[in-house]
Amino acid sequence: MTEKFRSRINEALKDQSADYIEIRIEEAEATRIQYRGRELEDVSRSSSLGGNVRALVKGGWGFVCFNDLNDLPGRVELAIKQARLVGKETSQLAAVIPVVDFVNEQLGKDPGKLSLAQKKELLDQYNEIIWSVPRIQTSVIGYGDGRKNVVFASSEGTYIEQSRVDVILRLMALARDGSEVQQAHLSLASPGDFSQIEGLHQQVKEMAEKAVILLSAPKAKGGEYTVILDPVLAGVFVHEAFGHLSEADFLYENERMREIMLLGRRFGGPHLNIVDGAAVPGLRGSYKYDDEGVPATKTYLIREGVLNGRLHSRETAAKMGEKPTGNARALNYHHPPIVRMTNTYIEPGSTSFQEMINDVKEGIYARNWYGGTTSMEMFTFSAGEAYMIRNGRVAELLRPVTLTGNVFVTMENIDAIGNDLHMNQGGGCGKGEQVPLPVSDGSPHIRIRRCLVGGK
Amino acid sequence: MEEILSLAEKVADQAEVYIASVKETPVGFEANRLKQIRTRQSTTIALRLIKGGRLGFAASSRLDNPQALVEAALETTQFGARARFELPSALDYPLVNIYDPEVEKVSLEQMVQMGQSLIDKVRAHTPELLCDARVNKATVSVQIVNSKGGRSSYKKSLFSIGLDGNLIRGTDILFVEETQNSCHPVLEYHDLAESVIKQLELAKNLAQINSGNFPVIFTPRGVANGLMAPLAVAFNGKLVLQGASPLGQRKGECIFDPRFSLWDDATQPYRPHSSPCDDEGIPCRRLPLIERGVVSHFFYDLQTAGLANTQSTGHGSRATGGLPIPMASALIVEEGDMSFENMVNDMKEGLVVEVLMGAEQGNLLAGDFSGNVLLGYKVERGEFVGRVKDTMVSGNIYSALRQLTALGNKSMWVGAALKTPPLYFSSLAVASKG
Repeated sequence: MTEKFRSRINEALKDQSADYIEIRIEEAEATRIQYRGRELEDVSRSSSLGGNVRALVKGGWGFVCFNDLNDLPGRVELAIKQARLVGKETSQLAAVIPVVDFVNEQLGKDPGKLSLAQKKELLDQYNEIIWSVPRIQTSVIGYGDGRKNVVFASSEGTYIEQSRVDVILRLMALARDGSEVQQAHLSLASPGDFSQIEGLHQQVKEMAEKAVILLSAPKAKGGEYTVILDPVLAGVFVHEAFGHLSEADFLYENERMREIMLLGRRFGGPHLNIVDGAAVPGLRGSYKYDDEGVPATKTYLIREGVLNGRLHSRETAAKMGEKPTGNARALNYHHPPIVRMTNTYIEPGSTSFQEMINDVKEGIYARNWYGGTTSMEMFTFSAGEAYMIRNGRVAELLRPVTLTGNVFVTMENIDAIGNDLHMNQGGGCGKGEQVPLPVSDGSPHIRIRRCLVGGK
Repeated sequence: MEEILSLAEKVADQAEVYIASVKETPVGFEANRLKQIRTRQSTTIALRLIKGGRLGFAASSRLDNPQALVEAALETTQFGARARFELPSALDYPLVNIYDPEVEKVSLEQMVQMGQSLIDKVRAHTPELLCDARVNKATVSVQIVNSKGGRSSYKKSLFSIGLDGNLIRGTDILFVEETQNSCHPVLEYHDLAESVIKQLELAKNLAQINSGNFPVIFTPRGVANGLMAPLAVAFNGKLVLQGASPLGQRKGECIFDPRFSLWDDATQPYRPHSSPCDDEGIPCRRLPLIERGVVSHFFYDLQTAGLANTQSTGHGSRATGGLPIPMASALIVEEGDMSFENMVNDMKEGLVVEVLMGAEQGNLLAGDFSGNVLLGYKVERGEFVGRVKDTMVSGNIYSALRQLTALGNKSMWVGAALKTPPLYFSSLAVASKG
């Protein structure tokens, strides 16, 4: 890609009158295979080439995206014109050292080197397993892989080429009995290693069986419970409930939110440590530079229960007088980078699952996830499966439950943190119109007192 | 376009080329002031082939290499699903007005001014409110050509203006929001500001409700975000075909309240989701889904209709970027006879729900909904007493819509995808903390 664009980009950035300009060119290829029921429904290939220009003038941003790469200087001019119309203050961007770098890492088995037939063979096996389970009404298997090469250049002299590969597999089995339908899900992904989605035959079988068993499970009675979350669901919780609150673009121009999210404020017990960082290697939220060319870091959002840091773009860092964290990410060239999470997790503690459940007389053990959403203060998230806990033991299976609460109260109510950290790679994060961004989240088992569960 | 088609015709039995171009200009306000102006230009080409009875598909934003596109699509025909349809030949399309040249004439300066005065108007009521606002204009053009002689194309204009605000007191956060969109420029946004101000008024005080069963009114916005997702899924021909829809076997049966009628209509003039044809070149039409409580039609694209031995209803959508799938265009709920005010007056103790957060996370296929009341008000003896928090409303759409207490006599558009009156239920499960 280098030779094709580097000189044209440099040419377009030359002699322009803005406080800051960046150009991003992106080339991507993807393959998708989808089964619905027993049949392969959709196999398709796609490719794209496009770019954008972002300009900053007196604190105002102009942004132009396009897939016709002719006339880069004209695009730059338009972005500057738009920025001028907006800008009435002073531009503020946290300083970073300009870098020139070429990043091209491949982890494990590259899906780009496999034929469609090889991919299809694996998916055929999984589909047969699902359909070998009696009372399955239908299933969906969605597979996708893609490679993206991104060139980023700024008027400050940074020039970075990065490539990333993503593999994702989602499976759903739906069981039916009369008018009752229940479903179970499995979602896995990897930053480029196809072997991570191989050998799941046993898990796929258990998923299909779960959908059938749910048909005869009772619904939870709504109300407050002591709830134990498995690592997957606790990971969704930390992402949804706290991670989004730590995104500085929600805070930097909101005086009252800044008061709530004051560094040093206590949010939980001394056992609580929450981390986000793209510098944690080998995960779907990992990278070397973010989409503003800032090196990735690892940030303690909460350290020993106390608010310790947050996630920044260059602008939010400058405006809050803090250090940039390398969390500005763009879904693709259609969008400007905004503050996003990367790999977000609760660090493991020392409590075993057995110790955690021992003294719970009546509670709910919630596992796996359907989804989650947050409105800063309030969150809801849905478990894929749930069990009653009775007298220190996992008891009967329940229909999937929805948990909700106030973030601040719920964080305080985490009274036990397990020793079994597990990262979930299957998630995709949405913010505004930029969905789904590859992230990972994780946690050990955690126990929450007085958590509100929806039900009959 | 014709070049790609002729290349594709040489290697496949049938071929279809779809090209969509979008140009949009969103103006964005953050924290009460103008933050960013954007221009987006994008073109996507999608090629669908049928070869040896199998489907192939490739899409690209690259206009420079038609041969590569044809080859990618051809590769996928080795494994693709069996095609159960023929591409449409030349058809007649309804006249659907969706282009207003005035949209393109709205200047950036005007858009900036509109957004700022909207924010100023709302903040004149509540100065502490922190607002984000968006004003957007766009032009979309779509062309579809196929090897059977089918030719369709249209041009659409879009305009939208929206505001969302948050008000923070201690650790309590109130969210208010409203959006309007049309194929005309939305130059009159007084109603929009009034709606936000009304939300702020009703949410001024906090109120408590106990756990239990209570009457609940869903406002049009509440219906959109709390109740519609299960229905949009249940009437999807694809889920019906698979036996996943709980309504699949119930066509002709009255399973909803006889006052409840629902249809899908992409032919409403100047509505953002309207068009003369769907993404496969099949004419759009008004399609009844529920007629006086009776399940009447499901919606289909070409392939799903072929598999189900029926006809496409003009609901083939390429929203996913891949092969077309059936998707609702614009759902419309028939009005009833009770005014919103009378519904509220009728309640001894209950809730009015504007936003049910996370409602779509439950078991959609079974019709279950369960969400946190992100914006909703407690009513006591016919009076609004304040906003509720830490409260969940749960239920099942099929049992709830069987025992509707009343439908509102005035419907409104919520975004582009739904027009509905408020719906009043006599008893839903409410769980609350406190």
